[in-house]
Amino acid sequence: MTENISRKAVDQVGTEERCARFKTRSIKKEAKVSGLKMALNMIDLTTLEGKDTPGKVRQMCYKAMHLHDAYAGLPTVAAVCVYPSMVAVAKASLKGSGVKVASVATAFPAGQSSREVKLEDTRIAVDAGADEIDMVISRGRYHAGDYNFVYDEIAAVKEACGKARLKVILETGEMGTLDDVAFASRIAIAAGADFIKTSTGKIQPAATMPVTLTMLEVIRDHYFATGEMVGMKPAGGISNAKAALHYLIMVKETLGQKWLDNKWFRFGASSLANDLLKQLVKQKTGAYQSGAYFAID
Amino acid sequence: MATKKTQQITGGIDVSKTYKIFIGGAFPRTESGRYFDVKDKDGKFLANMCLSSRKDFRNAVVAARKAQEGWQDRSAYNRSQIIYRIAEMLQQKRSVFLDEMQAMGHSASRAQKEFSDSIDLLVYYAGWCDKYTQVYGAVNPVASSHFNFSVPEPTGVVAVMAENGSALKGVIKAVIPAVCGGNTAVVLASENFPLCAVSFAEVIATSDVPAGVINILTGKRSELQHHFASHMDVNALVVWDASASARMELGQHAAENVKRTFFYDSAETDAPGPEYIIDLQETKTTWHPVESIKGSGSGY
Repeated sequence: MTENISRKAVDQVGTEERCARFKTRSIKKEAKVSGLKMALNMIDLTTLEGKDTPGKVRQMCYKAMHLHDAYAGLPTVAAVCVYPSMVAVAKASLKGSGVKVASVATAFPAGQSSREVKLEDTRIAVDAGADEIDMVISRGRYHAGDYNFVYDEIAAVKEACGKARLKVILETGEMGTLDDVAFASRIAIAAGADFIKTSTGKIQPAATMPVTLTMLEVIRDHYFATGEMVGMKPAGGISNAKAALHYLIMVKETLGQKWLDNKWFRFGASSLANDLLKQLVKQKTGAYQSGAYFAID
Repeated sequence: MATKKTQQITGGIDVSKTYKIFIGGAFPRTESGRYFDVKDKDGKFLANMCLSSRKDFRNAVVAARKAQEGWQDRSAYNRSQIIYRIAEMLQQKRSVFLDEMQAMGHSASRAQKEFSDSIDLLVYYAGWCDKYTQVYGAVNPVASSHFNFSVPEPTGVVAVMAENGSALKGVIKAVIPAVCGGNTAVVLASENFPLCAVSFAEVIATSDVPAGVINILTGKRSELQHHFASHMDVNALVVWDASASARMELGQHAAENVKRTFFYDSAETDAPGPEYIIDLQETKTTWHPVESIKGSGSGY
């Protein structure tokens, strides 16, 4: 199955130079405000901790729907992202808001479990009402060269997802090279991923611009070859508004306007939302803002 | 502005110093890329100084905010040691500062007086670090069964505009009372005599002061004061020698997030004092329940 997937190498130096240039665009005034709002609308507001409680998840869901009520006309975030045990709580809290519920599954974050457990984990999340599933690939198997195993697993989880959209986490911080990031992306897309996602957020480095650009280019190649769109989700490490705008520029200049929509592009983040809000209020009032005036969760 | 000594070492090549700003323990150039000339008393070019922008100020506030909690959590005694250490490091660079002050137009005697006053000021405030809470804290008489006490606590991030008329002492007066009391500070140095403020930053960088506790910018007051006053993450504003109209305008901006705002006049108040520390403190009062207060025979 994976024998026919391209192992085309990535030009690392060229990728890094290209990324550096995305940071040189000047986005000011109205364009900045719409970019900031767009970034807010693309966030998967995330809590993935052992200490998560229903109360914390409900609080985060409230934040997802009411980012900063003092500022009229703000969008909501795209989705909240939680563990399977919290899906039902999130689903109930978000009812009628249009905010989606994403759940990590497949023995997140390490993925070191049996196929049966991973599929059951996925089904439980979907049955509880998850609109989207964020799965992790088996990195150990990938590095052992067992690419067919990785492919089969993604395909099996995709089947278990039913109508839920599947995001496939490559954990690029464990991939080592951009060549492997590209190859793993191609495997994930071939196996049926609706989205490819960089990281669990549990290890460093998480999302970086070169890794994201590499994945975006795989998505572009796939689109040119088949006409099918695949979504992209960088996750972890994007915590300020400036970085978020750089990512949006990268998406626009690599994939085009069609991907500038939360159906096709997401940020996995928890602290990004507040920095975007601070910058929006700064644009409105002219005064630099303090974290003290924005809800933490 | 090379001294004779550097000329000898470098075989006659005049290597002059690049004066940079001090943010988060590092010495960046201003992000704006702008600069202004500083001239000596004869109008001859002395150095290029960074003309800091509002973004430099914003970056400095971010650094100060990040450093604040850790600085507040240091023991008062440790803060005292560190401020004393600044005095030690400054003393060692005496000739650098005297040269700079004289290059900027101070007479030899004025430069010497300002330098020794500066050392005295540091030692004075180093001494206050672990004492002002005792002097200004209180145990309060209350009618119920509570042990009730008030202590001064740091207000947070302090933005200061140093006085224009002094080279070194002004910047010390501006930041040391704030950091003595557990605050972190961002200061705009004197516009007329900025060289020593940057050299003072080099002293701070080698004095065990944690990165971000003191941040020093150079530039124009008229450009930056509005942002000093309106930044929502600044908890207190101190302006030395502000005009009446500036007081009005800055006060209004500062009111937006209820900053503690102080306008000091260098002509009126030259003597140091613990009130400069206390101005930048908030009083926290604690009601601690105790058992029958009468049983203890205590009056409070």
